[in-house]
Amino acid sequence: MTEPTLSVRDLSIVYQARRGQVQAVRNLSFDVERGEAVALIGESGSGKTTVGLGLMRLLPATANIVGGSIVYRRHVNGSSSAGRETEVLKLQGNGLRQFRWRECAMVFQSALNALNPVLRISEHFADTAKAHGYLSGYRQGTALRERSWRLLSMVRLDPERVWHSFPHELSGGMRQRVLIALALLLEPQLLILDEPTTALDILTQRNIMEVLKELRDKLGFSMLFISHDLALAAELADRVATVYAGKIIEIGDVRTVFRRPYHPYTIGLIKAVPTLTSDKSSLVSVPGSPPDLIQLPTGCKFHPRCPLADERSQREEPALIEVEPGHHVACWHWTHAREALKSYQAETQIP
Amino acid sequence: MSEPLITLEHVTRTFTVKGQTIKAVDDVNLTIPEGEMLCLVGESGCGKTTTGKMIAGLLPTSTGRILYRGKDIATIAGNDRKAYRLGVQMVHQDPYASLNPTQTIYDILAAPLQHHRFTRGESETKRRICQLLEIVDLTPPDDFLEKYPHQLSGGQRQRVSVARALTVLPTFIVADEAVSMVDVSIRISLLNMFARLKDEMGVGVLLITHDLALAKYFAWEGRIGVMYLGRLVEIGPAREVVEHPQHPYTQVLLSAIPEADPEATRAKQPIKLRSADMPSLLRVPSGCTFHPRCPVFAGEVCEKIVPPLKKADWGSEAACHLVQAHES
Amino acid sequence: MHLLHDFITGLWRESVKTFKILSRNKMGLFGFSMTILIILVSFVGPLIWPPETSANVAEINKGSSAEHWLGTDFQGQDNLRKIINGGRDIVVIALVTGVLSMLIAVVVGSFSAFIGGRVDSILMDFVDIWLTIPKFPLLVVLATVLALKDVVMLSVLMAILDWPALARQVRSQVLSLKKREYIEAASMLDLGTPRIIFRELLPNMMSFIAISTIFEMTHAIYQQTGLVFLGIVPYSSANWGVMISAAERRGVLFNPQAAWSILAPMGAIVLFQLALVSFARSLDEVFNPRLRTGV
Repeated sequence: MTEPTLSVRDLSIVYQARRGQVQAVRNLSFDVERGEAVALIGESGSGKTTVGLGLMRLLPATANIVGGSIVYRRHVNGSSSAGRETEVLKLQGNGLRQFRWRECAMVFQSALNALNPVLRISEHFADTAKAHGYLSGYRQGTALRERSWRLLSMVRLDPERVWHSFPHELSGGMRQRVLIALALLLEPQLLILDEPTTALDILTQRNIMEVLKELRDKLGFSMLFISHDLALAAELADRVATVYAGKIIEIGDVRTVFRRPYHPYTIGLIKAVPTLTSDKSSLVSVPGSPPDLIQLPTGCKFHPRCPLADERSQREEPALIEVEPGHHVACWHWTHAREALKSYQAETQIP
Repeated sequence: MSEPLITLEHVTRTFTVKGQTIKAVDDVNLTIPEGEMLCLVGESGCGKTTTGKMIAGLLPTSTGRILYRGKDIATIAGNDRKAYRLGVQMVHQDPYASLNPTQTIYDILAAPLQHHRFTRGESETKRRICQLLEIVDLTPPDDFLEKYPHQLSGGQRQRVSVARALTVLPTFIVADEAVSMVDVSIRISLLNMFARLKDEMGVGVLLITHDLALAKYFAWEGRIGVMYLGRLVEIGPAREVVEHPQHPYTQVLLSAIPEADPEATRAKQPIKLRSADMPSLLRVPSGCTFHPRCPVFAGEVCEKIVPPLKKADWGSEAACHLVQAHES
Repeated sequence: MHLLHDFITGLWRESVKTFKILSRNKMGLFGFSMTILIILVSFVGPLIWPPETSANVAEINKGSSAEHWLGTDFQGQDNLRKIINGGRDIVVIALVTGVLSMLIAVVVGSFSAFIGGRVDSILMDFVDIWLTIPKFPLLVVLATVLALKDVVMLSVLMAILDWPALARQVRSQVLSLKKREYIEAASMLDLGTPRIIFRELLPNMMSFIAISTIFEMTHAIYQQTGLVFLGIVPYSSANWGVMISAAERRGVLFNPQAAWSILAPMGAIVLFQLALVSFARSLDEVFNPRLRTGV
């Protein structure tokens, strides 16, 4: 049994804001196995983006990692035992630079901001290679170009057309694919994708998803998706975790989480997203708003919005417990949540 | 009501960028009856937002005309003009930019009420504002009056935008991607609110979106119009368009949409396009604009002749040479 | 009448709210109180401590002492007294020029930017022509015709000369704000151009306006000092700017003991500007509700 590529344990991150301390991430733990795709699904204020930035140590100065560990294991090809183990939170300087992009790379949202508008795509590749000490193993110039072109083809772009272009000359979908190719330049084992398909057209989204599937099959890296898009998780992830108020409240295999969700928030989320085949009456919103991360409610953070909340929910925050093999939930009412919510939603259509 | 509320006749809109002309909207014809829930879907660059802006009066048409209650909005004057300007309102996409950050919710809603003399005096204004806030589910209304926009969530801000549009008693609201930037879990409640506006106040809504699943839900009783490169390629009852798409482009779109259901979405076989490249608006293909990518491309007729929007099955209309109505 | 009553009560409520916000910001409070203090001293002070009428030869160019806290000047007169009496002109120039030029600039700049088209082109052409006029030579010419001795007259004149540059700045700001969605919404609600400009646009530019006004004020102060230096404005009453110029002429730079004669008025001007700037910076909190902590 190989050790996971990434093990996050009890990660806690706070931001300093004018009004007080924002507890963005609270004791968050999860694993990403080798070659696995995990999706962190959450909405605004869930803390999911902070987790992604924290993993890459790209947090702004106002943020502080106040606890926990992030262990990354590089797998040596062929062997089943763990390769080098690194505590990401302890990395500094050169070590951190090596970790970033060579071991773990991030693909940001395809906004024009992710690429430098005054640099051509070729220069982006060259810069990235140079910045992360790529050249020690490869010669710059030909080798870099070959590899970059190969990656651009793998993401279904025409290298000839794209290589000398500026970012603004490419469409949103093309830029996103360039970002993916850039991220894979140094053969990382872990790819973190932050909202990779948001704000893209349907056909472009489909394209990107196919590209990611192909790449994973060919290159065998692990993926961590951070998104609010359930469809993305349903399409690409092996395991899904729902994040609420800085904590993972449900995690499990993608099929079981969608078919048998246990947490009222997960249930609410699934029921709130229309699919092409869903019936009008089955869709309901989740009432209320996300909690204020500076002044979190007591007990279970979801209880102000939860129809099943009781005295215990107000007092104690539930921990993650295994309710099915590989499926964990943090809820006091997991045993009857699905049935209870079905009858509840029949009564109240408008939250 | 026999007369449609809004009519678009051969509406075209061109932009000139650096000496090159782009036809953002090309010969669109549309009749919108009162109180209709209409959804315009399409990918970026298809012209749906431009069409919405022209209906709202923010952009003039280049050729063709738009009629409001039978009168051309380009030449409308006097009372009719005022009726049009207040009659069609817009709700924007970005909840963070659509409300003036220096004004309280009360100020934002009082401004149009008092300016157009819908209410006189503070107490009457306040009463009306509370009424409007309740219509958009911001309860209890008193809690929101003194708040500033940055103190509200995205969904709440959108509701205030809608309340603001309602102050002038519109007949039609153009909602441009109005739920796209709002949390997934509350989109449905916003759409339900729009439906209530139609039921209780007779207000029609045009929702512009790229999300077809959302469109089906929103326009359940209404219609969906699919646009591609500036042209309306299919229009029909929402459920029919989604369940029995007539135009090849609609079929391709529907097959490509990833869904929030692992079994369904992984079992999907997206229809393959002839060419992966999306043509640029600067070089629109001749004839049927979809022909370079169309999986059922039928040769010369598709290359040379622009297909008109004509009757198809299931109550829809589609602009495709290969589509024919089978029922009489 | 109803509207007027509403307007006044509204204004009062706003002022009270504003004061509450300001008082929480230490720097703003300092700036505000210091500004009020300086204004008070400059207007009320001279009534209590009128300027000395005669020279006091024995006390020429003395340094700081128990009797003369800020030393004496080249005429043997007490510097502190001169400071108290020298503020009035400066305050008048600052307020009149600053506020008047900004007012004109805001009205012209915002309407021009908002209405756009031909109106905008014409107005901006006018502004550009105005900007090419060399100010000092014009003032020299005007000095022969008008009585530049009168501080208010001079202030108004400077305001008229300075507003075009400010108008351009206001215009750029408005042009960028014009595209915001809430402005588009206001147009759709047919709220009318004046209302949109004054109630929707300008409140979002207030900190820019406040800071620009402050800068204009300090610019005006120095402009007046420069004019005195060049002899364009006759040496009438001793204000701080004039004090600096006179002291320099009397060779203060060569006499360390007489340093106070330059330092005191300089210090007074700097203090006044510091007060204004601090106050302006705190206004940011008043005008931008997002920055307020827990209102």
